[in-house]
Amino acid sequence: MFTSTKNTQRKKRQELIAKYLLMTMTLLIILPLILIIFYLIYQASPILSVDFLLKNPIRGMRDGGIWAPLLGTIYLVLISLLIATPIGVFAAVYLNEYARESWLTRVINLAVVNLAGVPSIVHALFGLGAFVLFAGIGRSILAASLTLAIMTLPVIIASTKEALAAVPVAFRQACWNVGATRWQTIREVVLPNSISGILTGVILQVSRAAGETAPIMFTGAVFYKAIQEGDLLAYGLLDQCMALSMHLFTISTQVPDVPVALPYGTAVVLLGVVLLVNALAIVLRFKIRSRKKW
Amino acid sequence: MVAGKSKISVQDLRVTYGHKAALKGISFDIYENDVFAIIGPAQSGKSTLLSVLNRTLEFTADARYRGIVKVDGDDIRHLHNVYALRRKIGMVAPLPVGLPLTIYDNVAFAPRMAGIRTRDELDHRVEQCLRQAALWDEVKDRLNTLGTRLSGGQQQRLTIARALSHQPEILCLDEFSIAIDPVTTMRIEEVLKDLSQHMTIILVTNLVQQARRLANRTMFLFNGEIVELDHSDVIFSDHPAQHKTYEYVNGIFG
Repeated sequence: MFTSTKNTQRKKRQELIAKYLLMTMTLLIILPLILIIFYLIYQASPILSVDFLLKNPIRGMRDGGIWAPLLGTIYLVLISLLIATPIGVFAAVYLNEYARESWLTRVINLAVVNLAGVPSIVHALFGLGAFVLFAGIGRSILAASLTLAIMTLPVIIASTKEALAAVPVAFRQACWNVGATRWQTIREVVLPNSISGILTGVILQVSRAAGETAPIMFTGAVFYKAIQEGDLLAYGLLDQCMALSMHLFTISTQVPDVPVALPYGTAVVLLGVVLLVNALAIVLRFKIRSRKKW
Repeated sequence: MVAGKSKISVQDLRVTYGHKAALKGISFDIYENDVFAIIGPAQSGKSTLLSVLNRTLEFTADARYRGIVKVDGDDIRHLHNVYALRRKIGMVAPLPVGLPLTIYDNVAFAPRMAGIRTRDELDHRVEQCLRQAALWDEVKDRLNTLGTRLSGGQQQRLTIARALSHQPEILCLDEFSIAIDPVTTMRIEEVLKDLSQHMTIILVTNLVQQARRLANRTMFLFNGEIVELDHSDVIFSDHPAQHKTYEYVNGIFG
């Protein structure tokens, strides 16, 4: 009864091939990532230390640390997210919870999707025109953060909408049925149950904001600027600043005779910041999901 | 029961979803403190009718209704406070939807949204509603556990308690027994009999026998039209006015 026929043997063979083929492809994705990380750390090892993080670059950026660009990146990322998160989240709540299906909302949704695909250099030019020149803010941390905010906004809207849509409609109906208003429903049931997804979407934008060079290059980042070492408030909103991504670009292509370890060290720190934030997102999501209620 | 005061009055109600007609001009009255059953196969417009009553139909994008629906004599189309209307009507959905909150908060939700804040009042309201829904004895020691951890039958009674928590005058149950076992169904039916002493109950059901057990009057809806509306004794007798009713009630079609 259970003897295998020719047909079942062939299916078994196909099953094995499919399984191992797919597994190989998966491994092929992870391999370069691991190689990159190890290579970076290996090359950067002579220079990595706490001092490297806390000292300004010196001798025409051929020595010293990365304090000024590190703090600059932290400023840019935090301020851009402070601007983009409330706008993006509230817009997504409106689009998902209030807006009726009409040509206007369809156009807005289409715009959000398309804006998410606009190259960062285009955002850079927009930021230069709109914030630096037209609004007269000048090249500054504020202008650069606004540009980064415009860049991350559509993605935050899209991911927030997705998180909101994952909350079952039945929950909303249950609230409406007992006489709760739309806003009460959103505040008491929809937001608490989508907050982990919303936060994840927002935090993932940190890596984008930290990694982009183009949008800040025209709007507020400079090649070199020394600041008070160890002072977390060393930059003002209207100051220009250094940034890790731009610093990495500068010392690897624009400055001659930079010791090899320096750009690699900068890359490791940039990668470290991004991975740290992503890890934070994962932990946060895990924590909130463990309290998930349905 | 003799025809009493009209609690809900529906005149020539038509509902469309886009171009599709769901209700095709129905008129009827539901009397105060009556138990009114609506039977009929799927897609006959039963649930649509309920969503018209508390005006949650307007959350469906392409849904429109025409005709006059009066609750306590007021046309619901011209209300100043739609939330008061929704609080006047308790809704129980086919599948129990426990809000992702504790048992206590599930029941206290509606009173809180209506502005009741004092702990004593909320405690009292929660206990009263859970008792009315015959759930209190099973959950009184674990009011702070999640409502979604309860069994299916308990969750359905929790949603009944929640539907009662805003002290409605009308209780609508939309196929409440679809997801629960017969024993629990019978318990809830007992609860409904008690509630019908001081509440108007609208019972949408696929179980013909359930309508027969509970309802004074029964309406047979088919394809968005009323086939027959009469006292349950007549509907479930061997000689209802419409032959179609007889066929449906006795399982010959539908």
